[in-house]
Amino acid sequence: MTMLADLIIPEALCPAIDAGSASAAIEFLSARLMALGKVRPSFAAAVIAREATMPTGLPLGDLNVAIPHTDPEHVLAPGVAVGTLRTPVQFCSMDDPDERLPVRIVFLLALTDKKLQLNLLQHVAEMIQQPQRLEQLIAATDAAAMHAALK
Amino acid sequence: MKKKLILVVCGTGVATSTLVAAKVEEEMQARGIPVSTQQCKAAEVRSLAPNADLIVATTPVPNDLGKPVIKGLAFLTGIGRDAVLDQIEKALRG
Repeated sequence: MTMLADLIIPEALCPAIDAGSASAAIEFLSARLMALGKVRPSFAAAVIAREATMPTGLPLGDLNVAIPHTDPEHVLAPGVAVGTLRTPVQFCSMDDPDERLPVRIVFLLALTDKKLQLNLLQHVAEMIQQPQRLEQLIAATDAAAMHAALK
Repeated sequence: MKKKLILVVCGTGVATSTLVAAKVEEEMQARGIPVSTQQCKAAEVRSLAPNADLIVATTPVPNDLGKPVIKGLAFLTGIGRDAVLDQIEKALRG
């Protein structure tokens, strides 16, 4: 079974990103994935477009998380980029697009098939349900520390 | 008890609905309630609702479908998960 740890791309772990919007945060992480050859140039715009109609913000209380993604056609190799945001960025809530959530952690999912998607989502869900792990992730000041928090 | 059909809805009918469907099936089986699930996207829910006993959704769906609609985001966030499972059980037994 594919674990989150297997799909984390160490070079795509980005602490304390300065982004003024959800789109900017998505673009930043997408650019990293593209530079690593994991996604097509069309990926960023597709994720942003999808986020506009089917938002991925998850309300957890203190530290909210977003899990933006798009269709497999824009992905070359599966993987997950994770970014923490220096200041909260507004995403809309998945089950209520009128609810705006200040998000500090973004899991950008680049997936190529449905089965992989299920496993990955299960692991992301498990992780986000543990506030201490999210705190640890936010506190990480470099990629190595982020990686340790994600194990 | 007759097997119930739960329609699980998310934006694309693929990602979060897959996770939620799996969790709901597992949990309802543990509670002794036979269920099957069908996944769909928001655009399809109106046409599929007549065949379902219950709708669980991680995306907004209309509230005039004639079937109970329960929010399923708790399966991702963990917040209020047990309460949602109780709600689902109640809707299926009722």
